[in-house]
Amino acid sequence: MAQDQVASGAFASIPALLARNVKEYGDRPAYREKEFGIWQSWTWAEAAEEIQNLALGLLALGINRGDHVAIIGRNRPAHYWAMVAAQKVGAVPVPLYQDAVVEEMEYVLEHCGARFVVCGDQEQVDKVIEVQDKIQHIEHVLYYDKRGLRKYDHSHLHWYVDIQEEGRVAHARLEDEMAVREAELTYDSTCVMLYTSGTTGRPKGVVLSNRNIVESAKNSSEFDNLGVNEDILAYLPMAWVGDFIFSLGQAMWCGFCVNCPESADTLMSDLREIGPTYYFAPPRVFETQLTNVMIRMEDSGDLKYAIFHHYMEFAKSGAGEKHGMPKRKVTTQKKTLEQKIRHGFNYAMGIGFAAETIIENGIRLAFAKLRHGKNVRKHFKAKDPLGLKLYRGSLQEYFKYRCGDVLVYGPLKDTLGFGRIRVGYTAGEAIGPEIFAFYRSMGINLKQLYGQTEATVFITVQPDGEVRNDTVGVPAPGVEVRIEDNGEIFYRSPGTFVEYYNNPESTADTKDPEGWVATGDAGFFDKNNGHLRIIDRAKDVGKMADGRMFAPKYVENKLKFYPDILEAVVFGNDRNMCTAFINIDLTAVGNWAERNNVAYGSYQELAGHPDVVSTIQEHVETVNKSVAEDEMLSGCQIHRFLILHKELDADDGEMTRTRKVRRKIVEEKYAPLIDALYGGKSEQYIETEVTYEDGRKGSINATLEIRDAAVVGNTQGMAAE
Amino acid sequence: MTTDMNADSYVTADGRTIGPVVMDLKNITLRFGGVVAIKDISFNIREGEIRAIIGPNGAGKSSMLNVISGFYKPQEGEVWFRGSKRPQMRPYQVAQQGLARTFQNIALFDGMTVLDNIMTGRLNKMNANLLQQAIWKGKAEKEELENREACEKVIDFLEIQHIRKTPVGRLPYGLKKRVELARALAAEPSLLLLDEPMAGMNVEEKEDMSRFILDMNDEFGTTIALIEHDMGVVMDLSDRVVVMDYGKKIGDGTPDEVRNNQDVIDAYLGVSHD
Repeated sequence: MAQDQVASGAFASIPALLARNVKEYGDRPAYREKEFGIWQSWTWAEAAEEIQNLALGLLALGINRGDHVAIIGRNRPAHYWAMVAAQKVGAVPVPLYQDAVVEEMEYVLEHCGARFVVCGDQEQVDKVIEVQDKIQHIEHVLYYDKRGLRKYDHSHLHWYVDIQEEGRVAHARLEDEMAVREAELTYDSTCVMLYTSGTTGRPKGVVLSNRNIVESAKNSSEFDNLGVNEDILAYLPMAWVGDFIFSLGQAMWCGFCVNCPESADTLMSDLREIGPTYYFAPPRVFETQLTNVMIRMEDSGDLKYAIFHHYMEFAKSGAGEKHGMPKRKVTTQKKTLEQKIRHGFNYAMGIGFAAETIIENGIRLAFAKLRHGKNVRKHFKAKDPLGLKLYRGSLQEYFKYRCGDVLVYGPLKDTLGFGRIRVGYTAGEAIGPEIFAFYRSMGINLKQLYGQTEATVFITVQPDGEVRNDTVGVPAPGVEVRIEDNGEIFYRSPGTFVEYYNNPESTADTKDPEGWVATGDAGFFDKNNGHLRIIDRAKDVGKMADGRMFAPKYVENKLKFYPDILEAVVFGNDRNMCTAFINIDLTAVGNWAERNNVAYGSYQELAGHPDVVSTIQEHVETVNKSVAEDEMLSGCQIHRFLILHKELDADDGEMTRTRKVRRKIVEEKYAPLIDALYGGKSEQYIETEVTYEDGRKGSINATLEIRDAAVVGNTQGMAAE
Repeated sequence: MTTDMNADSYVTADGRTIGPVVMDLKNITLRFGGVVAIKDISFNIREGEIRAIIGPNGAGKSSMLNVISGFYKPQEGEVWFRGSKRPQMRPYQVAQQGLARTFQNIALFDGMTVLDNIMTGRLNKMNANLLQQAIWKGKAEKEELENREACEKVIDFLEIQHIRKTPVGRLPYGLKKRVELARALAAEPSLLLLDEPMAGMNVEEKEDMSRFILDMNDEFGTTIALIEHDMGVVMDLSDRVVVMDYGKKIGDGTPDEVRNNQDVIDAYLGVSHD
């Protein structure tokens, strides 16, 4: 109904969608947040009022059209409202990463020229005040959590609620102005500006128009049949385009409810309480949860352990895909009485029929057995535990899966908070086949998508029923994808970004006049099913000294699929063999150490333990075997490796805030280690500077052991060494 | 410091108002048999201030706190609270007057959840009788809701939402300390006594705890008396410091005054006996 009208441009902005939601779903919950141990909720009508008051308050403070409003804080309804309020008065919201250190924040605040900053709490206010001396254009700072801020100078600092109160008071005076500005919003006006995490160089401000956001939200919601009944948990960084699309774009489009957790620490229990129906998480989150489940199963009793593994094996054998997936029924309307009766009747008939068949077959079997001699009877020998083989294989499988659902899958899904999931997505990195299979076999419809900020998330998505671990799906609705000769992927879509803010050169580099955008990723379409398969970053795919293909990410992902390995960095570009740095996973390896009475005092000590190194060596050698199977990539086998003495960390600049390895920086920082890997040494001393979370610096040093790993087949590179 | 600290009330450099004296200890002497734990000590605590008691081990600091909280009865001397002399009281009566404390060795109920532990801090606010409690009707229900709300505010304030339902016995030391503080805070005290709130904590936990103490003082206007060994923390946090050694008071004043007091330096660094 309402959703058809968008083609005419009736809902050309988020505030327009908000107005529609108030009209149609006014008393349905729009936002929930756990606060003081209780889920507080706001209906669409209440949320709209909060937003309006804040917007009027901002007007009273003198906000202009086109001003940038920076928003820094964790996922809270108030922060989402601030974004919509800014849009309502013609300003542009700029959400920032809340865990950014002062220097990063300074750059972004400086670059976007924000006049207004909305902060979550004292921590963020402190950071803003610290940069305020250098950045003159910040005029007003709003904060939501009052705590600890009473003694601050309040000449330019305001409490969020005070500003809303001011807006309420100034209602009559400023309402017309707000209406005028809201009416000025078109499909082409800027909706939001998001800073990319910046794997290379400074972050860039990606300008997204209302068209980008609304069209992408519309297409993706229709693709997955999202409706007003969904529940999502908003916990991903607000500065990330994914959160903007899920928690604002799609939530506004569909009118579903956005739930905000109490704090980052309570995330898992909040997830369980809400039980989202639509969920997004990077592979790392799924990986951590799986590791936790496995560790706890190791500690469980024998019976539980046996049941768990029996049913998980069964589900992974394909039964999960077949019988577990949630039915794609979207019930927006209540059933009529007649439908209910019919449904109940069919259900009862079904049960009756099944019972009758079982009894009948049992009697037949008994008679059959009696009637025949012993030598004939052996042919009745049934293979299943009950001694009855009554049903066709598939039906039996179905019953067994339901049984597992009651005993294992259901309770486990509930514990993980996935009890109600209808659609789940993972993206950002490749997900391990084991992990992927685990979740899908339990009946969680986990799918992969491929996207980026510049595309307003969606480039390719996996449709239901066509989900594979090693591809990222088919082009999303409305998206055209093209592959260049060198393997780089290009796309064009309604979600294609407008420009990089104040950076025409970069814009021109990335987006050509026809609207095609270079992703910087290399990939190809699978000939069999038309799904896109990503190999690596286009610039990371290189050549080894002897001309063989070098795709580090491909090997790293295979390594990272082991729970023991948290991160891996593979080197080998222009070299004659591949080598690797490995980060162990403290949770998994620490658990192993506890189980085997291995004492360790620190991460560093555990990482250097000879048994740990040997285990990792086994993993590396298994990976080598599997890499060798692919002829094109067989050169990427790892000949030598070492285990790093510290975790690669965003605070040290070794990773981006979204936890992607910055290869260049790692390469420079650990140059002596790389030299040692290629120089044939068996150990190497290194001293490294580390930055703690509060910005202080320290240094750690270690002597790292370097091991050789067995490789399969062509070892030409080694011989040359 | 230019402020006149003897005035009835004054404003500190960071903008807090310190009011008149709430707790005045006059010539307190406490003996255990022949051992004199506290010898003729007088000092006072003013409304809204953070008052530290420091001294080497065995100086009588905890005994002093126990006198304030009514657990020990001093043989000599008077305790004046809010302008009137306090008769000898049981600790629960003292608690009803608005005093709450934490302990040097954590004294929580290990088997109960964090939330239940904190709820016990509100016992003084519950008036429902046994029958009402048992059937959870009328006054009991209303009180429980009010008290739960108050506890949740404390939980939010001390940032322990994630362990709300965890049994205390399973928590690490640093968090237990925080839970104990939460229980004391749940009683909405006007005077809070903290016995070594930062003992055995790492730097980060100490920083967190310091922030909580300052925020408590700032947000709720709670007067705080604390014993602490970490000199850095004491000097940063407190408005006035009492220094004790062998049961005697050897210094009293602002952190700066105390730091430059020769007796205090001798007590801490030792004196050569040549």
